[in-house]
Amino acid sequence: MAAAAAGAGSGPWAAQEKQFPPALLSFFIYNPRFGPREGQEENKILFYHPNEVEKNEKIRNVGLCEAIVQFTRTFSPSKPAKSLHTQKNRQFFNEPEENFWMVMSKDGKPVIEYQEEELLDKVYSSVLRQCYSMYKLFNGTFLKAMEDGGVKLLKERLEKFFHRYLQTLHLQSCDLLDIFGGISFFPLDKMTYLKIQSFINRMEESLNIVKYTAFLYNDQLIWSGLEQDDMRILYKYLTTSLFPRHIEPELAGRDSPIRAEMPGNLQHYGRFLTGPLNLNDPDAKCRFPKIFVNTDDTYEELHLIVYKAMSAAVCFMIDASVHPTLDFCRRLDSIVGPQLTVLASDICEQFNINKRMSGSEKEPQFKFIYFNHMNLAEKSTVHMRKTPSVSLTSVHPDLMKILGDINSDFTRVDEDEEIIVKAMSDYWVVGKKSDRRELYVILNQKNANLIEVNEEVKKLCATQFNNIFFLD
Amino acid sequence: MGEEDYYLELCERPVQFEKANPVNCVFFDEANKQVFAVRSGGATGVVVKGPDDRNPISFRMDDKGEVKCIKFSLENKILAVQRTSKTVDFCNFIPDNSQLEYTQECKTKNANILGFCWTSSTEIVFITDQGIEFYQVLPEKRSLKLLKSHNLNVNWYMYCPESAVILLSTTVLENVLQPFHFRAGTMSKLPKFEIELPAAPKSTKPSLSERDIAMATIYGQLYVLFLRHHSRTSNSTGAEVVLYHLPREGACKKMHILKLNRTGKFALNVVDNLVVVHHQDTETSVIFDIKLRGEFDGSVTFHHPVLPARSIQPYQIPITGPAAVTSQSPVPCKLYSSSWIVFQPDIIISASQGYLWNLQVKLEPIVNLLPDKGRLMDFLLQRKECKMVILSVCSQMLSESDRASLPVIATVFDKLNHEYKKYLDAEQSYAMAVEAGQSRSSPLLKRPVRTQAVLDQSDVYTHVLSAFVEKKEMPHKFVIAVLMEYIRSLNQFQIAVQHYLHELVIKTLVQHNLFYMLHQFLQYHVLSDSKPLACLLLSLESFYPPAHQLSLDMLKMLQSRLKTTCFSIQYSAFLNSETSVCEGAPISHQGNTVKNMLLFSNRFLETKL
Repeated sequence: MAAAAAGAGSGPWAAQEKQFPPALLSFFIYNPRFGPREGQEENKILFYHPNEVEKNEKIRNVGLCEAIVQFTRTFSPSKPAKSLHTQKNRQFFNEPEENFWMVMSKDGKPVIEYQEEELLDKVYSSVLRQCYSMYKLFNGTFLKAMEDGGVKLLKERLEKFFHRYLQTLHLQSCDLLDIFGGISFFPLDKMTYLKIQSFINRMEESLNIVKYTAFLYNDQLIWSGLEQDDMRILYKYLTTSLFPRHIEPELAGRDSPIRAEMPGNLQHYGRFLTGPLNLNDPDAKCRFPKIFVNTDDTYEELHLIVYKAMSAAVCFMIDASVHPTLDFCRRLDSIVGPQLTVLASDICEQFNINKRMSGSEKEPQFKFIYFNHMNLAEKSTVHMRKTPSVSLTSVHPDLMKILGDINSDFTRVDEDEEIIVKAMSDYWVVGKKSDRRELYVILNQKNANLIEVNEEVKKLCATQFNNIFFLD
Repeated sequence: MGEEDYYLELCERPVQFEKANPVNCVFFDEANKQVFAVRSGGATGVVVKGPDDRNPISFRMDDKGEVKCIKFSLENKILAVQRTSKTVDFCNFIPDNSQLEYTQECKTKNANILGFCWTSSTEIVFITDQGIEFYQVLPEKRSLKLLKSHNLNVNWYMYCPESAVILLSTTVLENVLQPFHFRAGTMSKLPKFEIELPAAPKSTKPSLSERDIAMATIYGQLYVLFLRHHSRTSNSTGAEVVLYHLPREGACKKMHILKLNRTGKFALNVVDNLVVVHHQDTETSVIFDIKLRGEFDGSVTFHHPVLPARSIQPYQIPITGPAAVTSQSPVPCKLYSSSWIVFQPDIIISASQGYLWNLQVKLEPIVNLLPDKGRLMDFLLQRKECKMVILSVCSQMLSESDRASLPVIATVFDKLNHEYKKYLDAEQSYAMAVEAGQSRSSPLLKRPVRTQAVLDQSDVYTHVLSAFVEKKEMPHKFVIAVLMEYIRSLNQFQIAVQHYLHELVIKTLVQHNLFYMLHQFLQYHVLSDSKPLACLLLSLESFYPPAHQLSLDMLKMLQSRLKTTCFSIQYSAFLNSETSVCEGAPISHQGNTVKNMLLFSNRFLETKL
């Protein structure tokens, strides 16, 4: 049974060579209300992965989860069990909508020595919640599917979505950043930012059906017209799925053969990442992914148009009731393309100027992870590049584990605090929490003492975060 | 043609004088802008009226023959009267000086005096057919002293009092013009230049007529305006006005050509730096602005009328005196009458009716006649009385019915701020020069004049944006886009944005619960850090918790770290009665500031709720 799912985790993983990568054992969604009587248990199951599992086993596993949740509810009615550790595996429970339960279980090795692994619990619980958010972004809520077409439709949607999505889950590369689910913001000067604002406003005016716009550069967010939570998951989709899927022809340069093959216009670099590939093809399909936002409130269904020129990407979101025609796409291309191309080179130029001025080209000798709960801003010099399959961290997994432990400590208390840990082989790990911001610093200094480490962190705060208010 | 369509008008209060008739001669002095009504050679009275004079000057003088020319010196000190072709008579109007007339004959033998011009209160130039003579009048001695003279054949002359330049027409074709400049007892000869005459049929001798030449100061520069009539031989589409720039130093240069696209009789005025060309045949006028972009061919810029041709606004002759009692309806005045005489820069005289008007440009009608908002702004920003019109254009382009597109709005804001920035820079360099102590050494240093075209943030805020933001029917997206566009424009010109504009943005965002947008703006420092802003944010914490963090960040940037810490602690204790630990004792005087800030915040909240 384990072998069926383990295939997902067979990627190269140099840093964790001795450890066996954690693999997804099973993933299922059920609603206890759908089969309350004996003999109807199968009806509870809305989705089960892997599907090859024998029916009775599915029912048994769902029943067990139901029982555990029920049992733990007697102790903590509002917060029933979140996870269950056994010798062989771990299970994570999440109830994203009333009576709808999502359960994920991964294999666990027998624990040889005592190790507090709260980090992993938090990471995988976050991953599970993210699964739901991603589903909801593209399909709307479970309840909505029930209203639209009953259990049948819901099952179809779940099957269609999770069948593919689960293959992209790479549990072994999940870490602290998955807990944060943050957004990386592109650093920019005021004037260029205002130019972008002006561009967005003009585009929304001329393409009057656009409801919301988001603007990204270098896979980093600059502007979101969506609310924070919706942007958070859309950002995740864009940066881990949509953008990496498209090779960057702009990297190839103007005269390269890849560029020459690009369909469309020679006047600009703009192209659709969703929707029609070739605007000159009269049969080009103008089908855009649908997304669902503000599901707690106005419940809006939108078409997601992603358009990119060089490193600048714009997401135009239009109401799903309006169907964008090929003419509309051509108009968009002719209006947005040239302006976005100019803007993208402006941003690039300005960014290089700023980089030279601040002299931040020099890699700081310490690694850090920063997260702000208020605006979800995250910044990491620990991660080289986060791709869907691998998270290339430049530090030892044990250090990552310490970061997780500090994070768990921070979660337990509301007050601001600072934790300094002396790790193995001259490593120091410093965690700082101040007014809903968290900063983790990894230092490697031979024979450093506590005072010196403290000084170093202060220096870092002064240089990297001088415009942020940290309590001492 | 609607009432609101006329963009030229005659001034409401004309100078009224006795109509010209066989016994009453009327003279106009361009330097003092005075009208002289001389009855019976002065024996039965001379009445002098100027545009600003409440009380006309009236006096009598002996009738010593027909008066050819009569003019006061500047400040009405000395009266000069020409009765013969050889002499000019003088009479002092200075208290305690003898009022007996004295006479000066022109020095050049066999010369005839064509006329004379006062260049100051005691300096006069005689223009004869053989040259010019520059005199100083010594009123107490009742005599004149020749300062300088110059001999050349003169056909006719023209005087521009604003720039103290006299233009003499020489040569047979009359088209070589010799300018002289006068200042404080000196006369300087400027380089002469030739006006190209249009090709004419061989039967007629071409010549430059005095009527086709005018001199006027446009945008601070002296120009000679030449009305070149349409010639049948050339294939030009109509008459044109050629502008020759006459610099203080250097040669005269042909700069602009105003295309009239019509033929017939024309007259020129210059009003508010606009060249107004009246066309008698169609009874309409057009205006040209040489600062607006034209077609440049490498040496000359061609201009077309700014606006479609329109008549001067119909004018009713006001009825005064006994006629008013009979309650007659006012008499409409005949416009473009052949009895009109036009003087520079903006004077129109009807000698037969006894009126002197100043021509005026009305800006309001132009707003609707010039659809291109960018060009409209370029035009308005050069006008003297433009402020309120520009503000109304701004309001109009943001109104529901006449809403302009964002690129247009951006263009308008950029043009406003370009002008605003020019003034700020001038002001700054003046301040720096004063600081450096250059003010004493250099008399040229002048405080920059703030014209009406300088519209600062408070003008735009008060007259345009604050009302615009209040409009309920406006989609908030548009409101925010406009505010951001204005802020972008200010930033582009590196003008520090006033915090009330930021407050306006915040207020609008808060009203529509767009806190996340607000958060992003602050994150990128689009809304610059300021104490009032930081406090405003603190007050928003209950609606949007992250505002607290934003506020503290802002305060940190503004103040020293210790102060901020203490402030935040006090603030917390004050609002949330939280207990926090802080190193160092709170500074007592901070308390006062906190209260002030909170007052401010509460006020803001009241408006919000």
